[in-house]
Amino acid sequence: MRKLLLFSIIIIVGITFIARLFYLQVYSSKNYNIYEDNAIRKVFNYPKRGYVYDRNGELLVANQPSYDVMIIPRDVEPLDTLEFTSLLKITKEDFIKSYDKAYHYSPRLPSVFLAHLSKEDYAVLSEKMRKYKGFYIQKRSLRDYQTTIGANVLGFIAEANQREINKDPYYKMGDLIGKQGVEISYENVLRGVKGVKFIQKDRFNRDIGPYKNGSKDTIPIPGKDITITIDAKLQAYGERLMQNKMGGIVAIEPSTGEILTLVSAPSYNPNLLVGRKRSANYTKLYKDSIHLPLIDKGLLRMHEPGSPFKSLIALIGLQEGVIDENTSIFCTGEYHYGGKRPMRCHCGGGRRNLNTGISHSCNSYFATVYRKTLDKYSNPSHAMDVWSKHIKSFGLGNYLNNDLSVGKKGNIPDGAYYDRMYPDFRWRATTNISNAIGQGEILVTPIQLANMMAAIANRGYYYTPHIIKDIEGDTIPKKFKIPHQTTIDKQYFEPVIQGLHDVYNEGTAWFLKVPDIEICGKTGTAENFTKINGVRTQLTDHSIFIAFAPKDNPKIAIAVLVENGYFGARWAGRIASLMIEKYLKGEVTLKQMEQMVLEKSLEDEYLKPYSGQPFKINQ
Amino acid sequence: MNISRNRGFKVDWITIILYILLVGFGWLNILSASLSGDIVSYFDMSQPYGKQLVFIVFAFVLIILVFSIEAKFYERFASIIYLVSILSLLGLFIFGKNVNGATSWYAIGSMTIQPSEFAKVATSLAVAKYISDLQTNIQNLKDQIKTVLIILVPAILIMLQNDAGSTIVYASFFFVFYREGIPQVYLFIGLAIIIVAVLSLKFSLLTTSIIISLLILAHHFFLKKKRKSIFQPLLLILISIAFSFGVQFFYNSILQPHQQDRISLWLRLEKDPVKLEQMKKTILYNLNESEKAIGSGGITGKGFLEGTRTIGKFVPEQHTDYIFSTVGEEWGFLGSSFVVLLFVLLLIRVLYLAELQKSQFSRVYGYCVASILFFHFLINIGMVMGLIPTIGIPLPFFSYGGSGLWGFTLLLFIFIKLDSNRINEW
Repeated sequence: MRKLLLFSIIIIVGITFIARLFYLQVYSSKNYNIYEDNAIRKVFNYPKRGYVYDRNGELLVANQPSYDVMIIPRDVEPLDTLEFTSLLKITKEDFIKSYDKAYHYSPRLPSVFLAHLSKEDYAVLSEKMRKYKGFYIQKRSLRDYQTTIGANVLGFIAEANQREINKDPYYKMGDLIGKQGVEISYENVLRGVKGVKFIQKDRFNRDIGPYKNGSKDTIPIPGKDITITIDAKLQAYGERLMQNKMGGIVAIEPSTGEILTLVSAPSYNPNLLVGRKRSANYTKLYKDSIHLPLIDKGLLRMHEPGSPFKSLIALIGLQEGVIDENTSIFCTGEYHYGGKRPMRCHCGGGRRNLNTGISHSCNSYFATVYRKTLDKYSNPSHAMDVWSKHIKSFGLGNYLNNDLSVGKKGNIPDGAYYDRMYPDFRWRATTNISNAIGQGEILVTPIQLANMMAAIANRGYYYTPHIIKDIEGDTIPKKFKIPHQTTIDKQYFEPVIQGLHDVYNEGTAWFLKVPDIEICGKTGTAENFTKINGVRTQLTDHSIFIAFAPKDNPKIAIAVLVENGYFGARWAGRIASLMIEKYLKGEVTLKQMEQMVLEKSLEDEYLKPYSGQPFKINQ
Repeated sequence: MNISRNRGFKVDWITIILYILLVGFGWLNILSASLSGDIVSYFDMSQPYGKQLVFIVFAFVLIILVFSIEAKFYERFASIIYLVSILSLLGLFIFGKNVNGATSWYAIGSMTIQPSEFAKVATSLAVAKYISDLQTNIQNLKDQIKTVLIILVPAILIMLQNDAGSTIVYASFFFVFYREGIPQVYLFIGLAIIIVAVLSLKFSLLTTSIIISLLILAHHFFLKKKRKSIFQPLLLILISIAFSFGVQFFYNSILQPHQQDRISLWLRLEKDPVKLEQMKKTILYNLNESEKAIGSGGITGKGFLEGTRTIGKFVPEQHTDYIFSTVGEEWGFLGSSFVVLLFVLLLIRVLYLAELQKSQFSRVYGYCVASILFFHFLINIGMVMGLIPTIGIPLPFFSYGGSGLWGFTLLLFIFIKLDSNRINEW
C-alpha cells in the first residue's frame, strides 16, 4: 500500500492539471479573435464613404474630414487636466464624464473621447497630443451634404451603438454607421471595408513591430458611389410646396418603379445631423412631438385612403363581371343599405355610371358596386377573400419589400379579419360598406397609394417602388426589374382611366387642370381622429390626391397627403398638379396656384389639439 | 568487473527519451519566450536561448561523466558529496551574490551557479545512504530524527538565503520516508498540520479552536470503540490550538508582506474589493497574464513563435518560472496536455524503476528523484495555472537556467546509472 501513495498522487495531479488546462483553454476560452487580443494594436484605416448622386447626376452627399480624440483609459497617465480641457474646449465635468464612459465600455479598448474636432482645434491639438498618454487622434470621414433637401431620403450616419456593434462585429466603438434613409439601406455598399494594421505590443504597451510582418494587414476598400432615383429639383420643389404643412408626397415613374420624389413634411436640413451639434440637434428633432420631423410621413403615415380607393372598387367590379361600364344607378344623395343611417353622397345626385361615378366621386355608385361584388359569392367570408386578393395585388396591405429602411403594412381586411371582428354575427357586404369609399378598416400609406396609381397607369402591373438607380461597378437588385401583375385584366383599365381623366375635365378636380398635360387623378378626403385627454376627437380631414400623367404613356404617378388639409382637391390636388407640371415641363405656369399653396400655412390647424380649447374642424 | 562492456551498454532508454523530449521541447519554448527580433545564431550567448543551448550541450557532457563513473561511487561517496554541498551552501553567506533578494548564487565571471540546485542531489544521496545503512532503523525515533536533520540542514541554509521556493521542495522527502516505513501516524499528523494551518489562516483563532475541538471530541466519543481517558484528546486540542496560534503568529509577524498577500489571495482572505483589485494588478499580475496567455492558446495554440502575448513579453519571467505559459499559448491544450503527460510518464517510470531496485540505496534514491521532480512539477505548473499560490521554483528540464538543468540532469542520470547497474550486474 505504501508504494501506491506517491503513484496515486501523481496520477491525481496529472488529471487535475489536464482538467484545469481544459477549463482554461477549451471551456472558458472563446475562439481566438485577434480583435480582442490586447497584445495587438489595431490601427484602422477608414475608406472613403460612397457619394450619393440624384438621377440627373447632381451630387447630393459627399464627405468631409473630421478628427476624433480617442482614449484608451488604461494607458492614461496623470495629466494637466486644466490645460487639456482648455485645449479641447470642454469642462472638467465633460472630461470626467467622457472618461468614465470610456472606462465603463472597456479600460483597454479605444473609445471616442471627444468627437469631431474643428480643423482649427485639430491643428493646435495635434502638436501637443504626444504629451497626453492614452489619447490619440483618429481621422474619420463625415458626411458633407451638398443640399438642404431630402433629409428623410438621404438619412444620416452616426456612431454605431452597442446593439449594432454586438450585431455585426465589423463595427467597433466610434465607427460610423448609417442610421436612416439610404445610409441604412445601402450601408454595406457605401461604407466600403476599412483597412486594418496589426501591430505587436509588449506589456508596457509599446509597439514592437508589425504583427506577422504585416501579412494579416489589409488595405481599405473604398465605398461605392450610388445614384438614387430621386429627382433633386422635383424633391426640392415638393418640399417647398409642403412648407408649413404636414404630410408626404410620393412620386413614382410607373414604367420603372423608380421613386422620383419622397417628400416628408416638415423636413429638416440634413447638415444639422453632422458633426458635433448632431446629438443636440437630433434630440431637438426627436422631441418635436407635433411635427415629428424624423418620421418619414410618405412611408409611415397610415391613413384611410378615402375616395382614391374607388378606382380599385370599379376595377374589381369590372373584373368580377358584376358591372360593365354602362351599368348605372340613380343617386338620391343618400345610399340606403339596411336599418342604419344611410350613407351620404355629395356628388350632386342624378344618374351615375362608371365614368361619372368616378369623376364625381359618387358614394352611392361605389357602394352599389362593392355590394354587387361581394354578393356575387354566397359566402361573405369567401367573397371578402376574393376582394381582398384583388386589392392586395396592387401592393396594398403588405410591406412593399423595397430598399427603403422603413415602411408600414397598412391594412386590407379579408374574410378571416371580419370573422374575428364579428364572431357571433352573420356579417355581409353591408356590414363593411364603408370599404367601398375607402374608409372603415382600410389603411394605406402614401407610397402604397402612389404605387397603386402607378399600377393603374401601367394598366395592370407595377414595379416595386425603389430608391436605387445605379451602384458604381455593380447592378441594382434584380427584384426591382420584375413587374408585379395585378389580378385585373388590361381591358378593364381604360374605362376607369377615362373616369380618372374626367375628374380633371368635369369632376372634382376641374379647377386643377394643367395646360397641355392630360392628367388622370382622384381626390380623396379621409376622416381622422386623435385622443385628447383620452377622448377620441375628430380632427379636420386629411386632404388626399392621387394622379398620373400623361394619360397615355405615363411618366409620373403621384400621391399627396396633406394632413388636416380638408377636402382632397383643396391642397393635395393643387400640389399634385404643380408637381406634375414641374416634372413634365421643367417649369410651372400655374403661378397663381403655386402662390396660393406656398402662402398657406396649416400650422394653426396642427396646434388645435394642443390648445386645450374646444375647436372647430373642416372649415 | 567489466561485464557491462561485454554485454553492451544497457540503460533505461524510456527515461532517457522522455528526458530528451522534455529538454528539447523546453528549449523550443525558451527560444520563443526569449526571442526578440531575428535569430542571429542559435548559440547567441547574449540571449537566453543561446545560453540554454550551451547549458544543454554541457548537460550531455555531464551525462557522459555520470555514466562513466562506477555506480558504487555514488553510494560510497554520498556522505562526502553531502558535506561538500553543505559547505557550498554555507559559502554563500560569505561569497554569495544577491539576485532579486535571494543570496543563492556564486558568480564566476559572467556565469552564476546556484548551489541549492545541486544540494537536492547531495541530500538525496545522503538520505538514501543513511536509510539503507544496515544499522539504521527507520521505525526508531532517534534514527527518524537523524534522517530529518539530514534534510533540515540544507533546507534551513537555503531558507536563510531567502529562497523560500527551494526550501519547500525539501518537504517532498516525506514521500520517501513514508515509502520506507515510518509509522502511519505521521501521514495523519502531516495531513492534520495542513488542515489546521489552512483553517487558522482562513478563520479566526476562536473559530478554528471550536472546529478542531469538535472534530477531536467527535472522533473520541463516536469512533473509538474502547473509551480511553479524556486526557489524550484534551491534550491534542491544546496542542492544536497552540499550533494554530503559532501559524497565525507566523503569518502575521514573520512572513513578508508579499508572501502574506500571495497566501491571502489563494485562500481568498481579502474581502475589500478595492484592495483586492489593487492586489490583482500587482501581485497577481504575473498570474493573470500567465492565465490569459494559456487561455488564449485554445485547443491547438497559436503556433510556434506565433504567441502574441509571448512575443509581446506580457508574462514576466516567462522563460524561467513561467515557461509553461508559452507552451499553453503557442501549443494550446493539446501541447500543454502533452507536456503534463510527459512529466507524469517520467515520474511513474522513475517510481516503477525504483521499486525494481534490489539495493535499498538505489530504491530510496530513486524515490527521492521521483519525489523531488514531482514537487517541482506540482508547484510550478500549479502556480502558472493559478491552482497554487505563487512560489517561484523552476519546471525541471524546461525552465531556463544552467544550474537547474544540470542539477536535475545529475539527479535523474545518477539514478539511471544506478538502475543500469541493476540490469548489468547479474
